[in-house]
Amino acid sequence: MSEQSSPTLFTLGASHHTTPIELREKLALTADKMNAFCEQLKQLRGLREYAVLNTCNRIEFYGLADATETVEQLQHEFCAFQGFSDAEFRSIRLHALNRDAIQHLLEVSSGLNSQMLGETEILGQVKDAYAAAQTRHSVGPVLNRVFQKTFQYAKHVRTHTAITEGQISVANVAVDLATKIFGELAHARILLLGAGEIGDKTAKAFQSRGARSLTVASRRLERAQELATTLGAAALPFEQWAARLSDFDIVVCSTAAPQTMVKLADTRAAMKKRPARPLFFIDLALPRDVDQTAAKEENVFLYNLDDLAKIAEENLAARTTEVKRAREILTEKANLLWAQISAKTRLESTPAPSAPACDQQAR
Amino acid sequence: MSSIPDRTWLWIAATFYLAGFVLGTVALLRERRHSRAWMYIFITAGFVLQTIGLGLRGKAVHGCPITNTFELFQFTAWSATSLYLVIGPTFRLSLLGYFNACLSATLTFVSLLVPAWDSIHRTNNFGGSPWIEFHAALALFSYGVFALLALTSIMYLLQVFSLQRRHLRGVFSFLPSVVDLDLISLRLLGAGVTLMTAAIAVGYVYFAEDHARVPLTKIAVALAVWVAYTVTLILRLRGILITKRLTWTCIVLFVVALFSLGLIGSARKSPPAAPTVSQP
Repeated sequence: MSEQSSPTLFTLGASHHTTPIELREKLALTADKMNAFCEQLKQLRGLREYAVLNTCNRIEFYGLADATETVEQLQHEFCAFQGFSDAEFRSIRLHALNRDAIQHLLEVSSGLNSQMLGETEILGQVKDAYAAAQTRHSVGPVLNRVFQKTFQYAKHVRTHTAITEGQISVANVAVDLATKIFGELAHARILLLGAGEIGDKTAKAFQSRGARSLTVASRRLERAQELATTLGAAALPFEQWAARLSDFDIVVCSTAAPQTMVKLADTRAAMKKRPARPLFFIDLALPRDVDQTAAKEENVFLYNLDDLAKIAEENLAARTTEVKRAREILTEKANLLWAQISAKTRLESTPAPSAPACDQQAR
Repeated sequence: MSSIPDRTWLWIAATFYLAGFVLGTVALLRERRHSRAWMYIFITAGFVLQTIGLGLRGKAVHGCPITNTFELFQFTAWSATSLYLVIGPTFRLSLLGYFNACLSATLTFVSLLVPAWDSIHRTNNFGGSPWIEFHAALALFSYGVFALLALTSIMYLLQVFSLQRRHLRGVFSFLPSVVDLDLISLRLLGAGVTLMTAAIAVGYVYFAEDHARVPLTKIAVALAVWVAYTVTLILRLRGILITKRLTWTCIVLFVVALFSLGLIGSARKSPPAAPTVSQP
């Protein structure tokens, strides 16, 4: 068997690093298309094993092929199936072989390759991709081992580095701060003052962390009711929020009002009724909704958009400093895994095809 | 085991507490969460060794080893640690183990490093009365509870400081929530006051039996500490003394209570048959 025709572990695809969203939309596989294309792949000679990772930020094939030509053939068939130019795909594609393919999968699964560095959702998506491949019986001994070890190593990196620590979106930073004040959020009562998009996002972030009691108040009651229905929350007539302020622990403000909505007197009146229980204002509005002097009141915590954005930036910077360490760990793990797999299956290290300049390097 | 002097056991115990403190400090400096299991192991080892040391001392003084300032500091650290070992796994308050290790290491090392505090041993200090011994042990245990309360109060202040000043990284990122700390502090305050009330009640029985043997200074100091904590609890329950004012009160009260132990100890009148032994 020549070097070019050795069994090859590969990654082939496109991701947000080189592919704009308009092209990713064209490349994405819907559930129906995925099934149809996988049926088609059964006919592709030399493709021993494969799994497809299909998310909003990437479409990637991980597989074991008899030869690198098979990988080229897979690319050709995929482009034809999606009506996409082969040449254009070549200019944006990610293409990695053997050890580099493993390294890439490890970095993707650990969140190092994600648009939001260190995000953890991707590991679940990789697990789903592997589960789907198992259901299709398109994975065998090599990919089984690669994926199972990948999940183990991704967890190891999360535990031993700070790559996933600290939230990096404004909504999640706000939720993190709320947990620092209230601990478990299941019993925290949350008021959304304003029913805009950012309030909606923040509410969903709260719900994803266990918050159950949400109330929406908006100048337009029908908008409040609409958002409340979407969130499974209650709606409150806007003119009642001040009188009911003491009933809530967390107030997410995102109105478009040109003047201060929550005045110092409102805060003082609320705290008089609940002095021992903290009140947390998350002011996402511009201009700001909450009188800033409220922060000086005992047991009142106030964060505005700038505060939250600054924390998110600091967290991102902290994650970025961890990338090198995480990559070092993954490199070591990739070498180890590659050595085990190549020894067992007699896979040979195959050089990447020429013209790597147009290939996205596995990061 | 008995061939090893009690102070040697207590030195080793203090070293384990210090090891727990060092483990936590190193983890915090590296912005990592310390291993809860290792912290628990260090503190448990320190506690077991301290129990052996205090047990030997108890045998030597024929009673509860709370007969001089050294023993009072040791017993307070022991009480706080025993309580931590019970409530630590239940409430899983992050960093409480670290702060407990810090407190126990400080109390034990300071007491060991001041030889004058352990120069006199009083044997048969309680005149063979099990009630007064029970009173003293209960009172000292309540001090352990108040020590833990002072720790959770410090943690509360640090958390509020971090949230208000936007210093959320480093040690602050591992602190428990404001509400959790407030809740555990309230429970500790309630438990401490209950224990101390029981101690005072038991002590009163002894005092009623033989009031000539109980110095007025001791009664005044003990009652002042009890009244201060009881009033604090009442004001907290009524929502008058809350948040930072409450936590500062608990910290100051503990420091005052700790040093009042010296007054209580020095005011003690030895029972007629209680010989004193000077240490070399």
